Amino acid sequence: MKLTVRVWRQAGPQAAGRLVDYEVPDVSPDASFLEMLDGLNERLTAAGEEPVAFDHDCREGICGACGVMINGVAHGPGRATTTCQLHMRSFRDGDLVTVEPWRARAFPVVRDLVVDRAALDRVVQAGGFISARTGSAPEANSVLVPKPDADLAFDAAACIGCGACVAACPNASASLFTAAKIAHLGLLPQGQPERHRRALGMVERMDLESFGGCTWFGECQEACPKGISIDFITRMNRDYLRAAAQPAQAEAAAGAI
Amino acid sequence: MTIPLDAKVPAGPLAEKWDRHRGALRLVNPANKRKHVILVVGSGLAGASAAASLSELGYRVKCFCFQDSPRRAHSIAAQGGINAAKNYQGDGDSIWRLFYDTIKGGDFRAREANVYRLAQVSVEIIDQCVAQGVPFAREYGGLLANRSFGGAQVSRTFYARGQTGQQLLIGAYQALEKEVARGGVEMFPRTEMLDLVLVDGRARGIVVRDLVTGAVTSHAGDAVVLATGGYANVFYLSTTAKGSNVTATWRAHRRGALFANPCYTQIHPTCIPVSGDHQSKLTLMSESLRNDGRVWVPKRAGDARPPHEIPDAERDYYLERKYPSFGNLSPRDIASRAAKEVCDEGRGVGPGGRGVYLDFRDAIQRLGEPAIAERYGNLFEMYQRITDENPYRAPMRIYPAPHYTMGGLWVDYNLMGTIPGLHVLGEANFSDHGANRLGASALMQGLADGYFVIPLTIGDYLASSKLAPVGTDHAEFRRVEAEVQGRVNRLLGTRGTRSVDSFHKALGHLMWERCGMARSPGGLREALVEIPTLREQFWAEVRVPGTGEAFNQSLERAGRVADFLELAELMCRDALHREESCGGHFRTDHQTGDGEAKRDDERFCYVAAWEWTGEGAEPQLHREPLAFENVHLATRSYK
Ligand SMILES: Cc1cc2nc3c(=O)[nH]c(=O)nc-3n(C[C@H](O)[C@H](O)[C@H](O)COP(=O)(O)OP(=O)(O)OC[C@H]3O[C@@H](n4cnc5c(N)ncnc54)[C@H](O)[C@@H]3O)c2cc1C
Ligand code: FES
Repeated sequence: MKLTVRVWRQAGPQAAGRLVDYEVPDVSPDASFLEMLDGLNERLTAAGEEPVAFDHDCREGICGACGVMINGVAHGPGRATTTCQLHMRSFRDGDLVTVEPWRARAFPVVRDLVVDRAALDRVVQAGGFISARTGSAPEANSVLVPKPDADLAFDAAACIGCGACVAACPNASASLFTAAKIAHLGLLPQGQPERHRRALGMVERMDLESFGGCTWFGECQEACPKGISIDFITRMNRDYLRAAAQPAQAEAAAGAI
Repeated sequence: MTIPLDAKVPAGPLAEKWDRHRGALRLVNPANKRKHVILVVGSGLAGASAAASLSELGYRVKCFCFQDSPRRAHSIAAQGGINAAKNYQGDGDSIWRLFYDTIKGGDFRAREANVYRLAQVSVEIIDQCVAQGVPFAREYGGLLANRSFGGAQVSRTFYARGQTGQQLLIGAYQALEKEVARGGVEMFPRTEMLDLVLVDGRARGIVVRDLVTGAVTSHAGDAVVLATGGYANVFYLSTTAKGSNVTATWRAHRRGALFANPCYTQIHPTCIPVSGDHQSKLTLMSESLRNDGRVWVPKRAGDARPPHEIPDAERDYYLERKYPSFGNLSPRDIASRAAKEVCDEGRGVGPGGRGVYLDFRDAIQRLGEPAIAERYGNLFEMYQRITDENPYRAPMRIYPAPHYTMGGLWVDYNLMGTIPGLHVLGEANFSDHGANRLGASALMQGLADGYFVIPLTIGDYLASSKLAPVGTDHAEFRRVEAEVQGRVNRLLGTRGTRSVDSFHKALGHLMWERCGMARSPGGLREALVEIPTLREQFWAEVRVPGTGEAFNQSLERAGRVADFLELAELMCRDALHREESCGGHFRTDHQTGDGEAKRDDERFCYVAAWEWTGEGAEPQLHREPLAFENVHLATRSYK
């Protein structure tokens, strides 16, 4: 097939960007979207131009490195599919395909389609873990985890941290990302001791970064390549409210004595 | 001159070596740990677990990765599972059995003491990961579930659906981020190590390039830990992530670290076949699929009927036929070669005849579609997304692809290389898998190295070495930085006509043909002429657009391909020198009458560790003899 690809070109974080049209002939329907971009880049290199920068690594839909807006949709038209797993058979001969980076204040553009997602790592640093010093763990089967809990925790843990939820959200909120981590760890018995600290820390960090708030558009769930459910956000809000209320309760209890 | 390769294997009975050794290792007192800076390159399972654990102990850690976040290291893509000798299934597993299976699976080309320690430590890994919240698969009673995996007759593999690597790495990543938050680890993402700095013969630092700004700078420390993964991308098409590369270990090799068994590469039998010229990487279909899928091709060459029209009597379930006791679960090297053989006979299926069927028809009939979906749902989806075919209805088509590299930098029992202070973990070292790695054992090794071995052994190195303070203002840092910058400039300055990828593809094709699943002395000799020629062309004709002072992915790739072009030659040299077949190394001139690998224990029961002797000069071979005191060197038979 033959496509016109309209790509966001931006030389650096401070540079102005613009959309540029490129003709890409000979696209195989079996090629992935990134392989189509590889082909474009080979042509650009041959023509003495600079290739389009885009993040990618595993090309198997699991590392979360890739991700662009394709015709205005995060990761493009495939349901629960990352950009690297999207195949060109989803497009038609002659299509115009617009490719842009994630757009969010918290994700500044590095170059072309590459953005800086370090804010997500900082949200994890604010409590997205279970403190279990190496070597101090009890025998694994001494903690029983009911299968439904383990399965649900897994559903949340499947997040690949690509940032599509943020890019898709009209508020550029990172709620689905944060909620998924809070749910993954909060559903497991091992995660209980730090459950409230975790919710408080992560939610507050998310607000400190330039992410917007959640107003239930639900776009995140639609864009998530791992199909992570928006229900986890309800869980996060519950955990956060409980945690926020707790110091007050503790103080009240102390005052009553 | 040969460098004496002292593996520092502790004395005593096999089962007691590690305990005794731990008791004898020198310790760094807690107050002094804070004074030591350790540079950990890599944030995969090996690097992230090491960085987090070292920081917990009190060391100051700097950790580097080339991705934008440590959570994206290639380990994330591992699907099938991780082995551990827990014997939760009561099916007769034990530390000894895991040890024996791993040694035998490696075709008796690994060090006994290391492998035994790996099996011992495996048990602690599961405890550690569960405590961190890794959501392993569970049974209804709440206990951990297991499955049998790749060449094992017991169920000892722990898994998290088809995303075990992801869940283990997220666990290690979270531990790492916890330490970043505490201030124990400083993380440098999008930073690529381009060289190693030695001061007074010891590894004391690294030179890195900031991939966003292009700045070339240095970091000094008291020890360097390389956990930079494997080099299967030398084949261009492989199952490893696109960024995986050999640069860190290759640069260390050029500074004096011996490279062991470079020709030992694993070709994985179950990958989605190549679909066209656009192909940029190959996708693995987890080998766990072989638990329920049956591998077959038509009996008749050129049989073009669709699979459902071929009756059972006209199908050749060749693994079940040739290896009745292991059948579809035969080890990877054997299953891969068998697939190549039937395709060479003209019985392959799919475009180009380079494929075999992996059929779930019988399993679906026996267990029902929901049970199969529960086990492999995400893999089936992935397959369908890539091929546009539904594996619940038609058999999958699979073909072997480069997947893992058993070779790597030589390390002793303490995971230290031949340069004092340089430690190597995970897939980057050569240590535990011999000539062939068993399924679910790389994750185990990465985490064993990172969580349980290096945190102890590095203390011994630091406590027993007199390390003068060294900063990046030392002349040696200046010198190496200038060399790195010179190389970057040279890549940018060539301004030729061919893209980096075109060279990488040419090299990959050459390596696949000459140093892939079957290696002949003639083919290897030709490769030893072709590779230097390709390398010369690269340095004369490569075109790297853009500048060095910016985010430049062509430049990143160019540096990596330049190093692959050197490594490739060493791989072929190693493959040519090893006049035997063992594990993943199959020499066409060393096989039995019925096409099985023929090992030569008289002449080749050793680790081949190569020394860099300079540009264009022949590398020098050093040997570490392998002594088997506890197992009998048997012919590996899966019949
Ligand atoms: C598709 C697939 C499935 C697999 N499934 C399984 C399985 O089921 N079970 C199993 O046991 N094994 C499996 N393996 C193998 C296993 O995943 C790997 O061997 C293992 O994860 C390697 O871990 P590592 O920590 O050594 O390296 P990696 O995870 O490769 O990490 C390397 C790190 O080094 C960094 N790095 C590299 N070079 C540089 C540099 N120059 N400068 C800075 N940083 C650098 C990278 O950024 C990265 O952080 C699988 C492999 C593949 C390809
Ligand atoms: S490249 Fe890893 S998820 Fe797309």
